[in-house]
Amino acid sequence: MFSYVPIFALFLLAGGFAVFSIIAGSLTGPKRYNRAKYDAYECGIEPTPQPVGGGRFPVKYYLTAMLFIVFDIEIIFLYPWAVAYADMGVFGLVEMVLFIVTVFIAYVYVWRRGGLEWD
Amino acid sequence: MRLLAAFHAAANPNAIPAPHIEYRAILPMLIVFGVACVGVLVEAFVPRVHRAVTQTVLALAGLVAALVAVVANTGLPRRLVVQSAVAADGPTLFIQGTILALSIGALLLIADRSIGADSDFVAQAADLPGTEQERASVRAGLRQTEVFPLAMFAVAGMMLFPAANDLVLAFVALEVLSLPLYLLAGMARRRRLLSQEAAVKYFLLGAFSSAFFVYGLALVYGYAKSVEYGDIATSLTSSDRGDSLVIVGLALIGISLLFKLSGVPFHWWTPDVYQGAPTPITAFMAAGTKVAAFGALLRVFFVAFGGLAWDWRPVVWGVAIATMVVGAILGVTQTDVKRLLAYSSIAHAGFILTAFAATTRASESSVLFYLVAYGFMNIGAFAIVMLVRDADGEANHLSRWVGLGRRSPLMAGIFALFLLAMAGLPPTSGLWAKVAVFQAAYQGGAGPLVIVGVLASAVTAYYYLRIIVLMFSQEPAVEGPTVVMPGALSAAAIALGVAVTIVLGVVPQTVLDLADKAVPFLR
Amino acid sequence: MLTTHAASGVFSVTWLIIAIPLASAAVLILGGRRTDRWGHLLGVAAPLASFVLGLVEFATLVGKPEVERSIDNHVFGWTIVEGFHADIGLQVDALSISFVLLITGVGSLIHIYSIGYMAHDPKRRLFFGYFNLFVAAMLLLVLGDNYLALYIGWEGVGLASYLLIGFWSYKPSAATAAKKAFVVNRVGDFGLSVAIMVMFATFGTFSFTGVFSAVHGADPATLNAIGLLLLLGACGKSAQVPLQSWLLDAMEGPTPVSALIHAATMVTAGVYLVARSAPIFDLAPTAQLAVTVVGAVTLLFGAIIGCAKDDIKKALAASTMSQIGYMILAVGLGPAGYAFGIAHLLTHGFFKAGLFLGAGSVMHATKDEVDMRRFGGLAKPMPLTFATFGLAYLAIIGFPGLSGWFTKDAIIDAAYHKGGTSGFVLGSAALIGAGITAFYMSRVVFMTFLGRPRWEADVHPHESPKVMTWPMILLAVGSIGAGYVLMLGGRFANFLAPVVGHSEEPSVQPASTAGLVTLAAMVVGVGIAALMYLRRPVPAVAPAGSFATVAARRDLYGDAFNESVFMRPGQYLTRLLVFFDNRVVDGAVNGIAAFFGGFSGRLRYVQTGFVRSYALSMLGGVAILVAALLMVRG
Repeated sequence: MFSYVPIFALFLLAGGFAVFSIIAGSLTGPKRYNRAKYDAYECGIEPTPQPVGGGRFPVKYYLTAMLFIVFDIEIIFLYPWAVAYADMGVFGLVEMVLFIVTVFIAYVYVWRRGGLEWD
Repeated sequence: MRLLAAFHAAANPNAIPAPHIEYRAILPMLIVFGVACVGVLVEAFVPRVHRAVTQTVLALAGLVAALVAVVANTGLPRRLVVQSAVAADGPTLFIQGTILALSIGALLLIADRSIGADSDFVAQAADLPGTEQERASVRAGLRQTEVFPLAMFAVAGMMLFPAANDLVLAFVALEVLSLPLYLLAGMARRRRLLSQEAAVKYFLLGAFSSAFFVYGLALVYGYAKSVEYGDIATSLTSSDRGDSLVIVGLALIGISLLFKLSGVPFHWWTPDVYQGAPTPITAFMAAGTKVAAFGALLRVFFVAFGGLAWDWRPVVWGVAIATMVVGAILGVTQTDVKRLLAYSSIAHAGFILTAFAATTRASESSVLFYLVAYGFMNIGAFAIVMLVRDADGEANHLSRWVGLGRRSPLMAGIFALFLLAMAGLPPTSGLWAKVAVFQAAYQGGAGPLVIVGVLASAVTAYYYLRIIVLMFSQEPAVEGPTVVMPGALSAAAIALGVAVTIVLGVVPQTVLDLADKAVPFLR
Repeated sequence: MLTTHAASGVFSVTWLIIAIPLASAAVLILGGRRTDRWGHLLGVAAPLASFVLGLVEFATLVGKPEVERSIDNHVFGWTIVEGFHADIGLQVDALSISFVLLITGVGSLIHIYSIGYMAHDPKRRLFFGYFNLFVAAMLLLVLGDNYLALYIGWEGVGLASYLLIGFWSYKPSAATAAKKAFVVNRVGDFGLSVAIMVMFATFGTFSFTGVFSAVHGADPATLNAIGLLLLLGACGKSAQVPLQSWLLDAMEGPTPVSALIHAATMVTAGVYLVARSAPIFDLAPTAQLAVTVVGAVTLLFGAIIGCAKDDIKKALAASTMSQIGYMILAVGLGPAGYAFGIAHLLTHGFFKAGLFLGAGSVMHATKDEVDMRRFGGLAKPMPLTFATFGLAYLAIIGFPGLSGWFTKDAIIDAAYHKGGTSGFVLGSAALIGAGITAFYMSRVVFMTFLGRPRWEADVHPHESPKVMTWPMILLAVGSIGAGYVLMLGGRFANFLAPVVGHSEEPSVQPASTAGLVTLAAMVVGVGIAALMYLRRPVPAVAPAGSFATVAARRDLYGDAFNESVFMRPGQYLTRLLVFFDNRVVDGAVNGIAAFFGGFSGRLRYVQTGFVRSYALSMLGGVAILVAALLMVRG
């Protein structure tokens, strides 16, 4: 039972942080209200009225998310390697460099083809 | 390298020893994969004007080099390489060679720009169909040349899939082979909505089946404590636990493999995807994925789950019969050539499954031979489908094919040759393929399957011959489609298909012996 | 005892004898218009070359001791399946070399004649192509060392005959005649092929040496069956009763065709078959008896028909039928008659070919007229033709000293020597036949060459060019001399004996009873013909005639018989089968097809196009498969 205490502590910390942020924001921020500020925020997309055809999400959001996932996974693979790279020697270094290069090729492609442009 | 590693090991007592990788054995796959990566860089850096040519040359060179590497590897001893993750044995070499040869043919079709106004691939995939942007892209002569690296990735996956000796690597290969194909299916230039619909269907159902594979993988791992085929096989013999876990896992993995090779009841995607995809990609899929999937199926079921053969064989009987019947009967009323060929490929998958149901050595070699014969006749057939065009692209409806024999006897005659080969008539390779497969099935005790197979062959022969009769016996419509003369690349692909079909029909013994020497799978 | 030796020296190129005409035929038929200018020369050179080669082989063969006179030349082996060896080989012995010389010798002469006869025909080159094809096939027939090779040659000559009878295919009568010949021959071929099959089933081999060595242990019933079937085949090819109806119609073809194929060679193939199969017939008495009966009936049949024909070619065709009847009768007599039958065949080749070529010459002179009632008195404008025709005529009626007398009398003698009722009947039939032969042949000569001219106003008969007359002259020489060469001292009998067996009887007895009676019959026949056709003027239109004449004009009702007995029932049977095929068989097939089509049409709606239904079906499939697997295991 007691081994789970750190988890509870973390839980409390997270919850407290969230509560604190909201209260502090509403207390210390300026009080100017307009209609726009009451709308739900959807990264710039108007939720209503729905355009004809159901409305399309601009694909750039999807692209950003996909790229994020890919590089995030790369980072995840980098973590254990970073921890154990001393033990893996030259072979490990070469392997990881190859891995990074492969993902880098994808990055280069995206960059050159304008995938990183927001608009 | 080893000296360095030794030095390193001496210095650090916790050193993890470097794994031993036999580069030469996996060189073909590395070549193709490398070509694919370079292709992506070409996409990034080469100016648009030169892109198509550079990609074509690069891809062809890569495939040819890989084929040379495969042939060079035939002298190597048969063993498990890369820490038993990859099996470098006879069937691997045979199948990889076959896939590379078929891919060269498919690549020639993909690269050909001379048919119709431009290639069969979309000008700019990001354009919505029917918009002004699309028209502007077409006018500008754009072309989505990413098809080449995508196809190369698919080929790399196809080569790895039957060679993989553990389930995780097989899954990775499955995904590597499938994802580019999902994309490629959506990249047709004409009838884009149909093409995109095909891509989405393929993707959804493919993801569904990949999920089954992973689930099955997990269950099998839970039972066998290893993902390697050899270890799974030994765990089957030695374990005294209840085997329902591995049975369900085996079923799920089998289902995923059956999806890839259009086995009933997982064939639903085949007609829609074959019809919607650009025809060079259909050729590529029909030939390459079937070969890779059957190779993997054989390896998984004969090596890993061979001990359970008595359990899965009756189910395979049922699936084989259902596949042959569906492929044969549903093809009868088809009016679109590509759909008809899709149902025919389902029927062929059924025929191969009959040999698969008999787990003998002869069945392995007969399946390999059948795959070679089937792959080339399909590439050739789809190549000719590409050539029948009218004002707005390919004319795929059978009613437009009436009388084509009068307009262009040569192309119609070649198509008739491929249809006869699919029907299994002499003197084509299809006859010997069917003979080998049915004989192996019969000798392995699957007599009823052979009977169903022969009957299904008769029904499929009906719709093949119907097309031939349609082409030759009636007058063509005045404003009907024409048969375009193929460009050099497509002509080469067609010639390859014809050559293999006829040569294997007249002297099949060489390839039959080759297949026979290749098996058995390394346990 | 005759032993067969392997080929060596000149015999190893025996296959060239067949190959040269075959290659020439291929060139001429396939070469097309390009070969028109020199085609006829090639067409003549080919059989001439074969003749030269045949002469060389003959000379070499004769130079060998008697027991070695059989050389087998293995050309190639042909094994279709295990246990079925059908090798093609060529056998050179006394029998085959005689035929080779006849075919190529007389054949070359007729080829030369054809250059002139067919000079005005635009398709002359094709004619020579078919002609050479015939020569090649006939040579294979006689040279083959097994029944299969013989059969191939047999079919080949049938094909060539069809092509040549129908050569002027724009004439409906010619096309019909060609079909009739082919169909009737088919019946005979059926007999031959069944005989070969029975032979293979009984003896396990096709080769002559194999079969003939095995006959001694065989069951007599089987041998009789084989013999009767072989006889059926012979009847078809040699136009013997009951398969005789095609020969007269075959005269629609060009006259050289009639001369070579339907007189000298192809129709003699049946005789060759029986003679070659001597060991079988010698042990099958029933079959032998049948052979003699067929021969006797046909010789009378042909003779009677010949009396009433006004068409000169048809008269000669009837004469051929009758003469072959003599040959068949002779070879049916067993060892006593084989040599005589073949000898008569050889001499008949000379004089019948001479007669036909003469008829062709007459036709050529009278603008292709064939009706003898429009000839008359042609001896004056065409002396050479009259001379050669006359010599051949004398030979055929058996005028003493000429070739026909030697051989025909030998047959009559041999028939009588058979003894018993059968011998008497057969011999008498042959004798009477000789008399009738004299009658109708004299009729032909008197109506054509003697008497008053009866030809049309615009016809100007003239002698034929040298290219046509020289072959006729050479054949006339043969008609005179062949008898001496073959029969004196029993030379031919001895020559042939190793192949067909020795005969105990001496060959020719000029002063025997039978010989004298035959001579008398001949004189009577000539006399009656002279009375009817020389003394009295020949009416321009054929008179009504008695019952016998009418019957003879109608080929003794041969065609009518065939029609009512075979054709009508055959047509009914065909109609019945067609009805059955349409209703029952097609019904079944179409029914099955419709079932599948309907089933497919309904089933295809399962493919809905919705991904959700696909995924659902897949899930269902998963469930079923997993459940099945779990249930089935263990």
